[in-house]
Amino acid sequence: MTLAPQTEIDRQGRGWYKRNEIAVTPWLFLAPAILFFAVYVIIPIFQSINLSFYNWDGLGEKTWVGLDNYVQLADDPAFEVSLWNNVKWLVFYLLAIPAGLFIALFLNQTVTGIRLYKSLFFFPFVISQVVVGLVFSWFYLPNEGLLNGILGLVGLGPINVLGDPTLATYGIIAAGLWPQTAYCMILYLTGLNAVDPEQVEAARLDGAKGWKMLWYVIVPQLKPATFIAFVVTIIGALRSFDLISIMTNGGPFGQTRVLSFYMFEKALAEFGFRMGYGAAIAVVLFLIMLVFIAYFLWSMWQEERAR
Amino acid sequence: MRSMFKASVAALGLTAITAGGAIADGHGLSGDLKIFLDTSNPAPRATMEAMIADFAEIHPNLNIETTVIDREAYKTQIRNFLTADAPDVATWYAANRMRPYVEAGLFEDVSDLWAEPEIAENLASTKGAMTIDDKQWGVPYTYYQWGVYYRKDIYEELGLSEPSNWDEFKANCQAIVDSGRSCFTIGSKFLWTAGGWFDYLNLRTNGFDFHMDMAAGDVEWTDDRVRQTFANWRELIDMGAFVENHQNYSWQEALPFMVNGESAGYLMGNFAVAPLREAGLTDDQLDFYQFPAINPDVALAEDAPTDTFHIPSGATNKEAAREFLRFVVSSNVQTEINNGQNLGQLPVNAASAVDNDKFLNEGFAMLSTNSPGGVAQFFDRDFPAEMAAEAMQGFQEFMVFPDNLDDILNRLESVRQRVYQ
Repeated sequence: MTLAPQTEIDRQGRGWYKRNEIAVTPWLFLAPAILFFAVYVIIPIFQSINLSFYNWDGLGEKTWVGLDNYVQLADDPAFEVSLWNNVKWLVFYLLAIPAGLFIALFLNQTVTGIRLYKSLFFFPFVISQVVVGLVFSWFYLPNEGLLNGILGLVGLGPINVLGDPTLATYGIIAAGLWPQTAYCMILYLTGLNAVDPEQVEAARLDGAKGWKMLWYVIVPQLKPATFIAFVVTIIGALRSFDLISIMTNGGPFGQTRVLSFYMFEKALAEFGFRMGYGAAIAVVLFLIMLVFIAYFLWSMWQEERAR
Repeated sequence: MRSMFKASVAALGLTAITAGGAIADGHGLSGDLKIFLDTSNPAPRATMEAMIADFAEIHPNLNIETTVIDREAYKTQIRNFLTADAPDVATWYAANRMRPYVEAGLFEDVSDLWAEPEIAENLASTKGAMTIDDKQWGVPYTYYQWGVYYRKDIYEELGLSEPSNWDEFKANCQAIVDSGRSCFTIGSKFLWTAGGWFDYLNLRTNGFDFHMDMAAGDVEWTDDRVRQTFANWRELIDMGAFVENHQNYSWQEALPFMVNGESAGYLMGNFAVAPLREAGLTDDQLDFYQFPAINPDVALAEDAPTDTFHIPSGATNKEAAREFLRFVVSSNVQTEINNGQNLGQLPVNAASAVDNDKFLNEGFAMLSTNSPGGVAQFFDRDFPAEMAAEAMQGFQEFMVFPDNLDDILNRLESVRQRVYQ
């Protein structure tokens, strides 16, 4: 009886913050992040979507054109090429995951100097994408490049990988796979440390070995590593900008552009400044990313719920 | 005016006594003068900084602040600083490249400077390139010729001479190809080098006026006359005139072919001379000729890209900026900054002296006496940006796959219809 009025007085005596502390504090901690995320990510997304309905050169007046930019995109051959190249990147870049897994399995042993081998395999991920691009463009050089030297030894004719519109994109993807494989390898190496030796032992007693052991015992235990590898590889494929810029500059005649590169050319490069058109490309790219973002969020949520 | 010029002479003469007189002459200007430059390469940068130091010496009360921005980055940054934080003077390019800024009202009309007799008389040759809507929007400070730079020793070895018409041009080329070399090196990775070839082939096939009509969007890309230009180009391509795999190289990466003697020539601007000399070619090995006539009925016309100074309309010290522009185009300053130790290009002032350099002399003579058709800027400066970007990409494709021509021209025509609507 005496306690209740006491708390009542207490409640009134304390400030608003004290009374709502538990509800408010998390939001206070989140506030700076929310603010920056809104200003630099969320609001620009809506600004881009808005801008894609205008014609604007970045200097003068904007003119409302409705869906005109999207109509133009629909029959822009360069956009189609860029879109397909994005698909190629997404598909072939994923090869980094199995490649990384096999290198990790190969390196997951104890022999003298294994640390050195591991760091050598990891090395390409440490160097800048620009350097990777330069190294590979020299490797591919039509006359003096190493690739044609090797092909020449086995009697195959010289090929100009980066100068051939049908090969160039694959050439760049191969260059991108080099550091990305190293990244996936590191993820799997850490994942392999967490593999339960007792389960392996039990599987061995049950007579599992080779591919079956890998597929039914090891890989399921590596699921978290696979998920992260998948996420970073998809993100990597969608930001393939720097390799393209260094190795071919989008050429020959625009056949190696991806959406992000095409957007940059149309909106921000030397001969661009069609801001509305660039924004329309950005919106399409955003929608593609949204599919993956939705998938990632969904699977993380599933994960949380399972616990 | 007159005291101005005396002052600049004095400053460049670097004699202490006359410099003192110069200071007395130029006490009128004060305040801040912000200058933005895109001359980021070492030699042009030093030239510009020395020139500005001379200007500062004449105007001691003027607080000059110079900002040098990387040449490529400048091309996108200019849009920001012209609107947000305008300097008093900024470098840029002539003709269509300045049109977006003129139309957006970001460049100051400097027609008053061009009305002054010193400038009106001596800068007449570049007036057209600085004019939009009958007004002038800046002043030029340097320009350079384009043409064929070739290996004289290879020509002599094969018994060839500088061609004076299209047939000789092709016959020379055939002889060079037969000797196991390519006639011309080119690196088309960054596309604009192919624009140079189109400029010359079109100027020689259809003439300057037609070329400018195209730039203005009045000619269809599928027109038979345009096709004729490409047909002439194709003759060279089919002959094997151009170095292979040029789509992989930048213009600098294409230089070694010429230095090593694998290619006999290079259609380029005069800026190619410096790296070729540095790579070890002497003036006995390297020579220059004007691109010969193709259609004898059209007057010869040349490409001569012009670099310029402008006053942004948001400038705060326009009086000092105008004085700076007068200083830059004055004959002595022009002689000084364009000489072989500095920019190594052509002065825009007719009263200036051209440095005693083989290529500069040939270029100056060519542009002043043998270019009756007119002087174009360059493909990507004469044509609107979007048209130029699409077209140069098409040129590169054409040079690799000449059979795609119809497809390319149809594409360019649809771009033309959108760009010039």
